[in-house]
Amino acid sequence: MEVVLSCLVGVLVAAAVYLMLSRDLLRFLFGLILISNAANLSIFVSGRLITGAPPLIEDGRDYPVGEVANALPQALVLTAIVIGFGLFAFALVLTLRAYRTLGTLDTDEMRVAEPKEPS
Amino acid sequence: MAAAQDPSIPSSPGQALAGWVSVLVASAFFVGFWQALGPVGQGEVLRWSWEWVPSLGISLSFLIDGLSLTFALLISGIGALVMLYSTKYLAGHKNFARFFLYLTLFMMAMLGLVLSDNLLSLFVFWELTSITSYLLIGFSHTSADSRRSALQALLVTGGGGLALLAGIVLIGWVAGTYEMSEIRAQGDLIREHGLYLTIFVLFLLGAFTKSAQIPFHFWLPNAMAAPTPVSAYLHSATMVKAGIYLLARMHPTLAETDVWLWTLTVAGASTAVFASFMAVKQTDLKQILAYTTLMALGTLTLFLAADTGYAITAAMTFLIVHSLYKAALFMIAGAIDHSTGTREIDRLGGLAKAMPITTAAAALAALSMAGFPPFLGFIGKELKYYGALAVQSEPVLVAGAILLANALMLVAAGLVAFRPFWRGTHATPVEPHEAPWQLLAGPVILAVLGALFGINSDLIATPLVIPGVNAISSGELEPAELKLWAGINLPLILSVITISLGIVMLMVHRRMRALLEGMEARLPSFDRGWDKFLDGMKATAAWQTRVLQSGVMRQYLYIIFATLLIAVGGTMIWTGAFKGVPEVSGLQVKHWVVVLLIIAGTALTTITNSRITAIAGLGAVGIGVALIFIIYSAPDVAITQLLVETLVVVLFAVAALRLPTLKPEDGFPNRKLDALIATAIGAVVAAILITVTTGPINRRLTEYFEQSSWIDAYGRNIVNVILVDFRALDTFGEIAVVAVAGIAAWAILKGPKEDAK
Repeated sequence: MEVVLSCLVGVLVAAAVYLMLSRDLLRFLFGLILISNAANLSIFVSGRLITGAPPLIEDGRDYPVGEVANALPQALVLTAIVIGFGLFAFALVLTLRAYRTLGTLDTDEMRVAEPKEPS
Repeated sequence: MAAAQDPSIPSSPGQALAGWVSVLVASAFFVGFWQALGPVGQGEVLRWSWEWVPSLGISLSFLIDGLSLTFALLISGIGALVMLYSTKYLAGHKNFARFFLYLTLFMMAMLGLVLSDNLLSLFVFWELTSITSYLLIGFSHTSADSRRSALQALLVTGGGGLALLAGIVLIGWVAGTYEMSEIRAQGDLIREHGLYLTIFVLFLLGAFTKSAQIPFHFWLPNAMAAPTPVSAYLHSATMVKAGIYLLARMHPTLAETDVWLWTLTVAGASTAVFASFMAVKQTDLKQILAYTTLMALGTLTLFLAADTGYAITAAMTFLIVHSLYKAALFMIAGAIDHSTGTREIDRLGGLAKAMPITTAAAALAALSMAGFPPFLGFIGKELKYYGALAVQSEPVLVAGAILLANALMLVAAGLVAFRPFWRGTHATPVEPHEAPWQLLAGPVILAVLGALFGINSDLIATPLVIPGVNAISSGELEPAELKLWAGINLPLILSVITISLGIVMLMVHRRMRALLEGMEARLPSFDRGWDKFLDGMKATAAWQTRVLQSGVMRQYLYIIFATLLIAVGGTMIWTGAFKGVPEVSGLQVKHWVVVLLIIAGTALTTITNSRITAIAGLGAVGIGVALIFIIYSAPDVAITQLLVETLVVVLFAVAALRLPTLKPEDGFPNRKLDALIATAIGAVVAAILITVTTGPINRRLTEYFEQSSWIDAYGRNIVNVILVDFRALDTFGEIAVVAVAGIAAWAILKGPKEDAK
């Protein structure tokens, strides 16, 4: 299954990169969401996959019994999901504001900081 | 050109204090170094060391041997005299105190340079001399000429400094230490090392730029834009000699090879001869002296090429001779400028009556420069011929070059110290008058020393020259004797020829000058070449900025993605890390359903032109990912993912109300290329993940958390314990990030309203 999910991550990344290369800032944001999903999945997958054994310790025991899922990537992905959300929300607000100020979402037209060279 | 200040304006008391304190500091250094004469004369080497940056092997270690003591005495002694001179020369200047600050800083940097035993601290001082000399050359900062010269000097010597740093790092790596006293003992190791040639070239770039050897000579004559005391100090006795010092210091480590011998011989000889011709072509006193300084630097380089006692003794002696007469003559040029208002030799003449003391000092210094007995210059010249004849490369050519250069030196000496004082009288901008005592003290003392050391050469031979030669040669060469009369031999005959040739050339000087001017017009100008080089650099920088910083976001993304593709994908192919796709087994229908859900959502988002469809597609992807977390035993992650996914969709839906609709992209020409790049990156990422997951895994950290989760932290949910206990600070940081994003979002939305353009 790791192999299938690895390929799935590949698909997500490819779609994300394609969207991020668009001139439309909204499509860029779609790409951002996809690529953070891809990143989370890839961390999760590299910790290996186990079904039906969440990383819990039963009552009355000091250690988990038998093999349980890898807790470390889960913790990292949890953090990453939340941070990714913060990043997305901020980027969305920035996009809104940029549209309000510049009247366009075409990144080729957004050149306030680096205006075109007078040729 | 910086003109002399009006001496009738007295300095304010504060200014005068700044000047005199500087003079005192320099004198105190001189007296201090004087104390070292005794021990060093007996062959002792004094060394102090403090740790500075021990982790990098940098220490503040200072070493006094014959070589560094000679330099230190010249720097502090001439420094004191130049500062005394400046108190009068710059009296009333509005930046008087600043001048003395720069000059004192420069002196300290120069002393640090010649006393450092650690190569890295030597480099720091080396760069400090570049920076302080930039401030000094550009002291008349309102003049564009002055600023250009200062920048040119800084760029040339600073660029050489960078090469030197690279050389230092390499030599430190080869020798395992940055202490020069330890490196010297490993000369053979370094000479036989594969990196020797690289080290040699880098050190040479540093030394040749600083000491203005061809083809880096052009900055020195331009640096005459500095006030005259600066020229007297930096461009005679100190700054430009730093390169010579470096060559001498590295002599035991890098010399004794053919490449050293030939490179230094050719560079030194051509600089010396070229500069001597240029010197007699000039009409400005300072320019004449500038080119004769170049000649001296070339000669010193030439003698450091060799590995014989005569050559090294000649170098050490000429170093002292030159510093004495050149500083004196520069100060005299300044005094003439000060007293007559001009430095053009064609407008000067017959000053002897009005300026008798200056005339006498000039005559003494010039006789030493021209190499007449019994002056030290004569001994220096004799030694040069001994040295030239003993040179291992081409003694005849070297002796010929030296003879020509020396004869031309005599001409230059005549131009500077004879013409303005005797032949004819000219009307000058200011009625000539004798210079005040502060302007005379330096030239008189230095000129008299030149005569005194000539008559009694033991005064410098035992305490300075012999220990100096021992330092340069690591005690392996026999220093030559300094004597006025050695019987009638080849060097003496060469001396006689030099003097006769010089006098003849002085007589036909005007015709020679015309001839040289005609020749120079046909030669390529290094100075103009430098300007072209700088213009080229600026054009390249502008072009590069236009290409790399286009201002179009997609182009930045192209660069980022292309780098990723080449760096990561290329490495995988190059190292053959990707071993192919292993067989897939054990897949159930539910797995396929989830995977297909995610792929369908992704495809929908990518191809649709409807915002609502895209958001629905994203939602499908988010839920699919949450399902994967559920299937593979990560319930906490799945809950978070579902929550966040819902929030994302809601936020997006709200925002979409205020944003324009998506436009179809079929018309864009680049989208096919984009698809290609995207597919390639997707493939690379998939390949990485497959490689990672089929390789071994290190579960050490996970096992630690599994073992300690209940025992140490009393938590049964290991993921939660990691988040709130083992990595609590990390989670706190995460909360802070979300909070900051929230605050920033609020600020952006509530910020000043700007209407759409």
